[in-house]
Amino acid sequence: MIDLQGFGDQLFFGAVMTLRVAAGALVLGLFLGLSGAVAKLSNSIIARAIAETYTTVIRGLPELLVVLIIYFGSSSILTAISAWFGDDTFVEVSPYMSGVVALGLTFGAYSTEVFRGAFLAIPAGQGEAARALGMHRWNVFRRVTMPQLWRIALPGLGNLFLVLLKDTSLVSIIGLEELMRQTKFAVGFTKEPFTFYFTAAMIYLLLTIITMRVLHAAEKRANRGFDEVGG
Amino acid sequence: MIDFTTIWKYLPRILDGAATTLELVALALFIGAVLAIPVALARLSDNPFLKWSAYGYIFFFRGTPLLVQIFLIYYGLSQFEAVRESIAWEVLREAYWCAIIAFALNTGAYTAEILRGAIQAVPKGQVEAAKSFGLSPVQIFIKVVFPQAIRIAIPAYGNEIILMLKGSALASTITLLDLTGMTQTVIARTYMQTEFLVVAGIVYLAMAFVVTRAFKIIEKRFNRHLMAVKI
Repeated sequence: MIDLQGFGDQLFFGAVMTLRVAAGALVLGLFLGLSGAVAKLSNSIIARAIAETYTTVIRGLPELLVVLIIYFGSSSILTAISAWFGDDTFVEVSPYMSGVVALGLTFGAYSTEVFRGAFLAIPAGQGEAARALGMHRWNVFRRVTMPQLWRIALPGLGNLFLVLLKDTSLVSIIGLEELMRQTKFAVGFTKEPFTFYFTAAMIYLLLTIITMRVLHAAEKRANRGFDEVGG
Repeated sequence: MIDFTTIWKYLPRILDGAATTLELVALALFIGAVLAIPVALARLSDNPFLKWSAYGYIFFFRGTPLLVQIFLIYYGLSQFEAVRESIAWEVLREAYWCAIIAFALNTGAYTAEILRGAIQAVPKGQVEAAKSFGLSPVQIFIKVVFPQAIRIAIPAYGNEIILMLKGSALASTITLLDLTGMTQTVIARTYMQTEFLVVAGIVYLAMAFVVTRAFKIIEKRFNRHLMAVKI
C-alpha cells in the first residue's frame, strides 16, 4: 500500500479545507447565479447589461487569473479605500475569503445560464394562473417557480459543483492550506512527489464520486413526482 | 492614476506570453484530438478490457484537478529512477513538454467523451443502411458515422477549446512564461499587480472571443444543409 509517512492527517485536514472553500463558493455562487438569471430575464436594460457583462467576462477569464485578481486586487482596492479615510495600514484579504469570492464569482457566472434555462423551462401559464388566483408576485416565485426551478436546474448545478470542487486546487497558489498545498508540504518533507500527488488525485476522485452519489440521490428525490420514462 | 506608459512599455512582453499560451494550447489540442478518436472508439467497443481502460483514463482525467495532473507529471515522475535514466527524461525534465503532455491527456479525455456522445447521436438506421449496401465496418465509420459525428461535436468542442485556453494558465505554476507566467514576471518588476492582471485578463478575453466567433462561423458552415431557406 502507499506509505504516507504520517502525513495522512495533514492531507485529511487539507481535504476538509477544500470542502470548506467549495461550500462557501457554492453559497455565494448560487446567490449570484439566481440574481444573474433574474437580471437577464428582467425588463430593465441596465440589469440585463450588467448580468450579460458579468457572465461574459468571468466565463472568458482563466479561473487562476480570477483568483489572482481577487486576491491582489481586493487588497489594493481596500488599502486605497482605507487610505482615503486617512488610515495608511495595508489591508490584507485572507486567501480563504479570496478563494470563496473568486470561485463563487465563477460558479455564479456559469449557474446564471443554468438558472436562466430553468426559468424558461417553467410554463408561463403556471405563473399567470397563480397571479389569477390572487397570489402576490413574491409568493408566485416562492411557491410555484422556485420548487420547480431546483428540479430542472439540479443536473446543471451538479456538474458545475464538480468543476468547482476541482477548481479549489487553484486557491493553493495564493497560499490557502487546502489539500493541494498540504500535499506540497508533504512532498517537500518526504521527496516523494509521485506518491503524494497521486494520493491527492485519489482524494479528489473520492470527493468527486461522493458528490456524484449525493447528486444522484438528490435528483431522484427532486423527480419523485415524475414517472421515469421507460423505467 | 493608471500608469499607461509602463503598461505600454511591457505590452510586447505580455503579448509574447500570449503567443506561448497559443502555442501550448494549439499543440495540446492537436495531440488531444488525435488521442481522443481511439479512446472514444475503445469506450464504445464490446471488448471489456478496451472499454474499461478507456473509461478509467477518462474518469481519472475528468475527475481530478488539472493542477494535480501537471504536478504529477512534472514533479511526480522524477521520483522514479527508471524514468530519470530513460531516454524519455530528455522530454520529461522540460516544463514545456510536461505542460503539453498534461494538457493533451486532459483535453484528450474530455474530447473523447464529446466524440463518444456525438458518435452515439448518429442515427442507427444510417449504419444499418450502410451495412445493407455492403460497406465494411471501417468504411461505415470513415464515410458515414465520423463526418456526421464531427458536425454534432462542433459546439461542445468549441467549449472545450475555451476551457483548454483558460486551463493553460496553469502552465505558469511550473515556471513556464505563458500569458499568466509572463504577467507575473512583469508584476515582479513593476509592482503593478492589479493593472497587469487586468491587462492579461483583457488579452484572454480577446482570445476567447475570437475562438467563440470562429466556432459560430464553422458551425454555420457545417450545418448549412440544415438551415431553413430564407425567403
